[in-house]
Order: sequence, then C-alpha cells, then structure tokens
Amino acid sequence: MTATHHHGPPAAIQPSKSTPAWRLLLTLALAGAMSGWLVVTVYKVTLPAVRKYAAEQVNAAVREVLKAPARWDTLYLVNDALTRTAPDKADLADIPKTYVGFDASGNRLGVAITAAEPGFQELVTLMIGFDPKSGTLIGFKVLEHKETPGLGDKIERDTAFGGQFTGRVAPLRGVKGRAGKPPSEVQTITGATISSRAVIRIINHAVARWRPLLEAWDRGRTQ
Amino acid sequence: MSNLAWIFVSTVLVNNFTLVMFLGLCSFFGVTAKIETAWRLGLANTFVLLLTAVGAWALNTYVLTQTPFLRTIAFIVVIGSGVQITEMAVKKYFPVLFRQLGIYLPLITTNCAILGLALFQTSRHYNLAEALVFAIGAGVGLTLALALMASIRERIEVAEVPVIARRMGLVLVIASCLSMAFMGFAGMGSVP
Amino acid sequence: MTAVPSVQPVQPAGASAFVPGSPPPATLAADIWRGIARENPVLVQFLGMCPTMAVTNTLANGIAMGVATLFVLVGSGLIVSLFRKYIAHEVRITSYILIIATFVTLADMILAATFPAISKALGPFMPLNVANGLLLGRAEAFAAKVGPVRAVADGFGMGMGFTLSLVLLSATRELLGGGSLLNQDILGPRFEPWVFMVMPPGGFLTLGIALLGLAFIIERRRRRTQEAA
Repeated sequence: MTATHHHGPPAAIQPSKSTPAWRLLLTLALAGAMSGWLVVTVYKVTLPAVRKYAAEQVNAAVREVLKAPARWDTLYLVNDALTRTAPDKADLADIPKTYVGFDASGNRLGVAITAAEPGFQELVTLMIGFDPKSGTLIGFKVLEHKETPGLGDKIERDTAFGGQFTGRVAPLRGVKGRAGKPPSEVQTITGATISSRAVIRIINHAVARWRPLLEAWDRGRTQ
Repeated sequence: MSNLAWIFVSTVLVNNFTLVMFLGLCSFFGVTAKIETAWRLGLANTFVLLLTAVGAWALNTYVLTQTPFLRTIAFIVVIGSGVQITEMAVKKYFPVLFRQLGIYLPLITTNCAILGLALFQTSRHYNLAEALVFAIGAGVGLTLALALMASIRERIEVAEVPVIARRMGLVLVIASCLSMAFMGFAGMGSVP
Repeated sequence: MTAVPSVQPVQPAGASAFVPGSPPPATLAADIWRGIARENPVLVQFLGMCPTMAVTNTLANGIAMGVATLFVLVGSGLIVSLFRKYIAHEVRITSYILIIATFVTLADMILAATFPAISKALGPFMPLNVANGLLLGRAEAFAAKVGPVRAVADGFGMGMGFTLSLVLLSATRELLGGGSLLNQDILGPRFEPWVFMVMPPGGFLTLGIALLGLAFIIERRRRRTQEAA
C-alpha cells in the first residue's frame, strides 16, 4: 500500500512515523479477538437452523429417490470401506456416504448415494437410488446443476425423462428417439443430449463404484 | 477427460474465470486499456493465485478443519498479508519488475479472483494437485481475458465511436460478446 | 481510470497543497443521497462488479446480495468510524479488511439460516463480497475520517445505491430471461424466455445497455445546458 502513505487521517490524529510494534500487534490482536467472538456467537445461534435445513434437504432427496422408505441407515465411506460410525470431523458433508432404506417390515428397498461429474457447463450433482443386488434403478434427483436454462435444465424438470429411469438396469445406454425394449436403454432429451448423457454417465459410474462396496458390506454382515 | 485436465480446460475456457465466472472484473475493466499492462497484471495475478492455492489448501487441511465458519476471515487476512509480503519481496529483489507491477500488487488484495479461487477450491473439495491446476487455469484464463479485452480496447481508442459509448458502456457490450464466445466452449468436458 | 477501487485516492498534481482530512461537511441527507445517485457504486463507480454480475440472474438473488452488502457497509462503517482514532495507520488496511470480513461472514451465516435456498444459490459469491472494492473503499475514504453518524449515513446511502442498481439489473434479467419476477410468472406462457439474459453474457449486456442509457441522458443534459448558455 505504498501510494497511500502520502495522505491519511487528519493531522490531529496523524500517528508518529513509528508506532511501536506492540501497539500494532495489540490493535490487530484485539480486532481479531472481537471479530472471532462475534463470528463464533452468531455461528452458534444460526447453526441449528442451518443443520435443520441441510437435514431436511437430504431427507427429502432420500425419500424421493428411494420411493418413500419407512426408515434408513447412514453408512460412511472411510478408507474404502463402509462403516456405521461417523468419522470425527466438523464437516461431515465432505465424506462420501450412502443411505440404506428399508420398508415398514424391515426389507431393504435399496440404497441412495450422491455423485457429481461434469455436465454441459459445470458439475452436475445427483442423488441416485438403486438396488445394489441387481443394479436396478429406483429413482434419481438432481441436487445441483448449472445447465442451460430451457435446455439442459430439463434433466431436472422433465418428468418424462426422470420417470423412465425407474426399473431400468445399470449400466444404462442413452438413445435418441424412443427407448427400446432392453432394460438398459433410456431416451435422451431432444436438444439436451450432452446433459442427458451426463446424467446417464454419472449414474453408471456411481453404480459401478458403489456396488462392490455395498456387496463387501453385505458379506461382512452375514459372516 | 481426466479430472485434472477437465479442471484446467473448464477454468480456462468453459467456465473462464473472468468472462463466465465474473471473477477479477475490477482489473478486467480497470487495467485493460493497454495490452502491455494487461499481460503484466495477468502475470502478477497468476503468481499470487498459485500462492493462494497452496495457502488455502494448507489452511483448509491443517488449520480450519474444526472451524469452517472462520474460513472467509482467515482467507482474506492471509491473502492480504501474502500480497504485502510479495510486494516487499519483489520491491527488494526485483526492483525493475516492481516498477512495472508495483501499483497492481496492492490492487490484487481486493481482486475477487484471488479470494474466489480460495473459496471455490474449498467448496469443490479440491486436493493440492487439483487446487494447483485450478490456480494455473485461473491465471491463464484471467490473462487470456485481460489480453483479449486490452487488444480490442487499443483498437477502440483510435476508432470513431458515438459520444455515449466512449466510456464503460461499450466496454461492457464488448465483454458480453467475449463472454458469449466463451459460452461456445460449453460441453467440452462432457464427451461421453 | 474509474474502475480501480478507491483504495488509493488520486493525488492532485500539487500534492503538498492538498490538505488531507475529512470529507467536506455535508448534511446527512446529502451523505445518503450521494451513494444513491451521483456516486452510485455500480452505475458510476463500477465497484463490486463480481457480485453485481454473478448474482443478478434472478431478482431474489439481487435483493439478497444488495441487502447483505448494505448491512456490511453500515456495520463496518460504524465500527471503523468508532475505532478510527485507535487503529494505527500502519495496520489500518488489515484492520478494515478484518472488520469487513467479520460483517460479511455474519451476513453469510444469517442468510444461510433465514433464506437457505437463496444462500445456496449465491454460493461462494456471498463470502466473496469481502473482496468487493466498494467496502474497503468506503472504510478507507470515508468512514475512517468522519464520526459514526455520518459513516452510517454514507454506508446506508452506498448500500441503497448498490441495492437499487442490483434490483434494476436483476429484475431486467429475470423478466427477459425467464418471463418471471421473484419466481412468479409475469409475461405468461406465450412469452419465449430470452435465456441469454440469465446467462453470463446477459449480465454484461444488461449493465452495458444501462450505462449507455445513462450516458445518453447525461450527454443530452450537457448539450441542453450548453445550448442554454
């Protein structure tokens, strides 16, 4: 900030050429302490509301992609293995997890996972519900995207596109025009082929990544 | 496309830091009257961006793990002091470079691109390698935008334009055209 | 060049003749009005361009960013002014940045707790407001040199000017780009949304046209006074 030394506060409070170092440190330390105190206080006050909203978002998404399970368990991915205990970290949002949904009588409906990969413009984040045994999809929900409004954003709004995934078996294949008989075929959106293919690619990669992990988890539980 | 390559292409072209993400606009509009200064500012920015990427990564990994709510404050203070230290070091060891870059370095503190890099690399959970590629991509993207804008503005200087377009209005319309051109890169990372 | 943040006010040629000190005395109304009109942060000073462009794709985002910035301007102006005699000259920039960052963080957290959907839509652009040249500029050029009442008035005026500009831009962009305002359909189903407007180039174009319009009005007024003279 070299150029600013020429002007400054009015002469009355013009500091002497050398303010002692301890005073500078004290000023900054006090300012830092006050700012820290304020931020921590407001953080504590607002945290419940923020957590509640985040939990509601996850709940709504899990309910949608697993078609209203009666209850679900959360498993965390730590060191390439699933575990029930959450690691000790302030920000659990960073840790990959899966939600295992059950119906009222305790049968497993499927699992829900989130995955993100590049779409047309930016990363597209999906929550995907599927049956890990067969790879059959239950549903998916677009959590975040920056696709072109009116074209690519149909992956979120077009119910005909989103609805056709239920019952299809991964790995999926996108086709233009009507999807055929094979259970792996889904129809891409006209004018948004790249965005549709991105969704299909994300689902394929995610299912391929999580199926072995969940199989290992199942084996561990039956032993 | 591999992850690192995607980050680079995305930051330079698809989501160009300045023309699509709107980061670093102050210098984009303020210091692009001449191409020479645009190059220098781009260079200074790239340098600070790289330092920031490492600094923000270290802060996120080692200091702020339990206190994510102090992130913004920590970032800006570290960037502010980092820029001042850089300024002093450049002044002492590269006096010629300092005469050329000197006045831009303090401006970088209030440059959204630097803080933006730190915040976006955090919200996208980049690791160190990804963050470094992100920083280089951001620097190249920024320099590209600055150089493009400056070369167009140098021509406009000698062109006959209506009175009302002699100031920022025309520059913004040009920026809109440049930004539109960069929209053409969309979809590049998404080849199935 | 106007777009350079006013961290370093331009020194007049005869710097020794320039008496540094507080801004000229003015009424509170003038302090407020200055930020809204003659020194409007966006339309005249070109400060805070990143948030201006990045968040004005919908009216709700524009209002949220504007009001948050107003809160930060008033809050940081008050604190900077109250402590102006205790902040040593050498560390003042760091102190101002710290104060601004604190208020931005507070605004960010409060927004996340009250309007989570908007907070999510703004993403990192909310904390990014720390680097808004307007905030540091006002702290350094005004709040640090006047009493708390004037500092708050100035912060309020600048905040209002910023908010009004953002409302103007975001309303235009949402209306043309989506046919709606605040997510309420306005132009009806027969309107084909001009998607370009909500995408990045639309932001540049909207502000560019606004500035051309403003320049046109100013130029016409100048010619009239010239003819009258």
